[in-house]
Amino acid sequence: MNDFVDAIQFIFNEHESPAGGAQVGGLSNMWDLTSEHLELSLVALLVACAIAIPLGLWLGHTGRGGFLAINASNVGRAVPSLALIAFFVAYIGVGFTNLTLALVLLAIPPILTNTYTGVRQVDRDTVDSARGMGMTGAQIVRRVELPLALPLIFGGIRISAVNVVATATIAPLAGVVTLGDPIINVNTYGDEGRLAAAIVVALLAVATEVVLGSVQRAVTPRGLKLEGGRRWRRLAFALPNNRREAST
Amino acid sequence: MADNGFCPSWIADNFDRYVDPLLQHVLLTVVAVGVGFIIAFSLALVAYRHRWLINPVTQVTGVLYTVPSIAAFFLLLPITGRGFVTATVALVSYVLLIIFRNVLTGLDNVPAETKDAGRGMGLTDRQLLWRVEVPLALPEIMAGLRIAVTTTVGLATLAFFAGAGGLGEQIFADINFKSNVVAAGGLAVALAALLDGGILLVQRLITPWTRAAAAP
Repeated sequence: MNDFVDAIQFIFNEHESPAGGAQVGGLSNMWDLTSEHLELSLVALLVACAIAIPLGLWLGHTGRGGFLAINASNVGRAVPSLALIAFFVAYIGVGFTNLTLALVLLAIPPILTNTYTGVRQVDRDTVDSARGMGMTGAQIVRRVELPLALPLIFGGIRISAVNVVATATIAPLAGVVTLGDPIINVNTYGDEGRLAAAIVVALLAVATEVVLGSVQRAVTPRGLKLEGGRRWRRLAFALPNNRREAST
Repeated sequence: MADNGFCPSWIADNFDRYVDPLLQHVLLTVVAVGVGFIIAFSLALVAYRHRWLINPVTQVTGVLYTVPSIAAFFLLLPITGRGFVTATVALVSYVLLIIFRNVLTGLDNVPAETKDAGRGMGLTDRQLLWRVEVPLALPEIMAGLRIAVTTTVGLATLAFFAGAGGLGEQIFADINFKSNVVAAGGLAVALAALLDGGILLVQRLITPWTRAAAAP
C-alpha cells in the first residue's frame, strides 16, 4: 500500500529526480504531461472523425464498400498498437505529427465500422418514406440516416477515444512527452512517478469512457430510447460473419 | 543507414531470436483468454438465471475493460510483482467484458419456441442449458472468443512492461531498426490471424447446423 501512497504524493509534490538534477512530479509537471496526452488524443480523434464519419455515411448511404467498412475494425484489432507505432517510428519518423497520423489510423476503423453499420440498420421503410416526401439524397443522409445512426457513431467514437488515450501512453517512444513518459523513462521519474502516471492514465481512460457514454445517451433520439432494448445488449461485441440476425 | 534498413535476409538469418518471444506471446494469450473465458462464461451463466446481476457485472468488467492494460500492469506491480502473473491478470481483466456480453447475448438470442420444444420433451433446466441453449449460443460465444483473442495478442505486445516478455520486448529492444519492427510486428499480426482463423475453424466444426441453415 505504501507504493500507492508514494505515488499519490508524487502527483502533488515535486521531488528531485532519482537521476539527479531536475525536479519531477508535482501538479504542474503532471498537468504538463496530462495536457500533452489530451492534446495528442483529441487531435487524433478529431482527424479520425473527420475522415471516418463522412466516409461511413457515404458508404452506408450508397450501400457500397460494405466489406471494407465492416472488416476495417477486424483488421484494426489484429494490428497491435505498439507494432503500429514502432512501424511509424522506423519508417516515417518521430514527432507529434507522425504520431498523430499513427493514432488516426488506429482510431478510424471502429468509427468507420460503426457509422456504416449505423446507417445500414436504419429501417429501409423510413428511408423510402423520406424519399417519398421528396427529400434528396443529401437531405436523407443529414436528416434521417445521420440522426438515427448517431448512437452507434458515438459508440464507435467512444471505443476509439479510449483506445487512443490508452495508446498515447506509449507516445514517448515516438518522442512525444505524454503521461507515458514516467512509465517509459522510469530512471528519471522513479518508481513512484511510474505508478502515479499509471493511476492518472487509468483515471483518464475511465473518465473518457464515462463522458462519451453520457454524450452517447444524450444524442440518442428519443424515439430510439423508447424502443428500449437493454443497453448492454445493443453493445454486444459482434463480428460480421457471426451475426445471427444478419440472416433474418 | 545500412543497419537501419529493411532487409529480408537479416530476418531470415536472425529468425531464431524471435522464437522464444513468440512462444511467450502465445502462452500469455492462451492462458489469459482461457482463464478469462472460464470466469466470464461462469458469470454469464449465473447472470442468465439471475438477471439483476447483469448490470453490476457489466459495470465492474466495464471498468476493468476501460483501464488501459499498460496502466493495469503498473497498478498491479506493487501487489503481484513483476512477471507472468501480473501480465496475465491484466489481460484476463480486459477480456472479461467481451466474453461475458457475448455469451449472454447468445443465450438471450435462443428462440423461445426452441426452449419450449426442449421443455416439452421433458428436459430439466440443466439439460436445457447444456443441450439446447449453450449450443445455440455458440456463434456469439465464439465471436466473443475471436475478438478476445485478437485483442489479447495486441495487448500482450505491452506485457514486457510487466516483465513478462513477448514479442513487444523485441519491438521495444530496437524500435528504429526496420527489419526488427517488421519481423516482430508481423509475427504478432500473423499470430492474431492464425488464432482467429483457428477458432473460426473450430466453430465451423462444432456448429455444422449453421452452414446447413445458411444454404438456400
